[in-house]
Amino acid sequence: MNDLWQGMTQAVWLLISLDADLVEISLRSLRVTLSALVIASLIALPLAALLTVRRFRFRRMVVALLNAFMGLPPVVVGLIVYVVLSRSGPLGVLGLLFTPWAMIIAQVIIIVPLIASIAHQSLRELWSEYHDLLISLGATRFQRIGTLILDGRRALLTAALAGFGRAIGEVGAIMIVGGNIDHATRVLTTAIALETGKGDFALALALGFVLIGLAIAVNLTMHWLGQTEREARW
Amino acid sequence: MLPLKVTGAEIRRRGKRLIGPVDLLLDGSGPTIVIGPNGAGKTTLLRMLHGIERLSAGEVSWACRLEDARQKQAFVFQMPVMMRRSVRDNIAYPLRLDGVSNRAARAQAEDWAVRVGLAGKEGLPAQVLSGGERQKLALARALVRDPEVLFLDEPCASLDGRAVHDIEEILRDTSARGTRLVMSTHDLGQARRLAREVLFLLHGRVHEQAPAGEFFEGPSTAEARAFLKGEIVV
Repeated sequence: MNDLWQGMTQAVWLLISLDADLVEISLRSLRVTLSALVIASLIALPLAALLTVRRFRFRRMVVALLNAFMGLPPVVVGLIVYVVLSRSGPLGVLGLLFTPWAMIIAQVIIIVPLIASIAHQSLRELWSEYHDLLISLGATRFQRIGTLILDGRRALLTAALAGFGRAIGEVGAIMIVGGNIDHATRVLTTAIALETGKGDFALALALGFVLIGLAIAVNLTMHWLGQTEREARW
Repeated sequence: MLPLKVTGAEIRRRGKRLIGPVDLLLDGSGPTIVIGPNGAGKTTLLRMLHGIERLSAGEVSWACRLEDARQKQAFVFQMPVMMRRSVRDNIAYPLRLDGVSNRAARAQAEDWAVRVGLAGKEGLPAQVLSGGERQKLALARALVRDPEVLFLDEPCASLDGRAVHDIEEILRDTSARGTRLVMSTHDLGQARRLAREVLFLLHGRVHEQAPAGEFFEGPSTAEARAFLKGEIVV
């Protein structure tokens, strides 16, 4: 109990004094996850819209696979990315292993199915509503996708948020491909795991508070951004 | 683009024939009013003519190229689709699909909003509109591309007298400007008020096609006579 209390007070002090390590790790975490989120959204949202408006032979199978991949174990993703990026792997020449890029790649793989699947479900509802009108007006496939993404932006924001939540709290995959190297690939979750192992609860707790705070702050920001048309309720 | 010639057109879904075989020539001047008991195939006929139902047999051919014909016609659905945008952007949407600049499209949309009686509501989200206002929006959105042929599927269903009056005014005006109206209704009073030509549908076929005067004076078939008298035709 004493440990915990001492840890808490030190954690608060680290936060207040804007401890250099703490700030650095937090910013890196945010940078990696936001990059992964942007890339994943650029892949997942159009994919979800395409799956909605286009009927092709393997559509059902792709949707089922996406749903299955939502539960992909991060450790396994980390392992696969590691093998692919390692020196002897097919992409080894790029030298990405143990860099933030490797972590971004792993996070993208983890959250693309999640974002695409949630986005697909809400876009499907929107499409059933819009279908007749868009067909009647002769919208091209590209225009249909654009319209769905634009008008379904709120639901898509929710999907992206779910992706962010999963990515920022993820530890297994980025530990493997990033290596938790100080001043290079150490992020909030991997640092917490390390400091806890070392018994330095103060730093671990402080990092934990920042992690929770970041998640809340980003959620609130996105929520606020999504309300640009304030009087509108949809 | 008229005359529209339909030969032996049929629509079957899941082994059941919804409509047909239909042979029909649409020429001269409108409005053409489609009447008939529930389930006679009024909606399916209009959707077929508009080209948003796949034909199982037969042919629907315009007097011009199909792409041109598609561009010059519009459809107003019984349940108008309210896109999750402002009234202005809803009306502007078909123009945006045509590549008109945002500014020009919005200016035209505002002009149309005033013409259909939605002045002052341009900035509201479309989904807060009442039933009558929604139908007016749908009309404006259909008319903004200046179509030569306008299909309307019971546009006044479940509207009160005032809204029906307003919409009929817009329709008369539209017809006078040379747009050919093809409209279904279950309201015989409305059919009498608007029709120049009547299509009486029964069991998925065109049972009788006649100029409005002749039809309402004395229909040539027993079923149409019974329908006009308000008897239940099965």
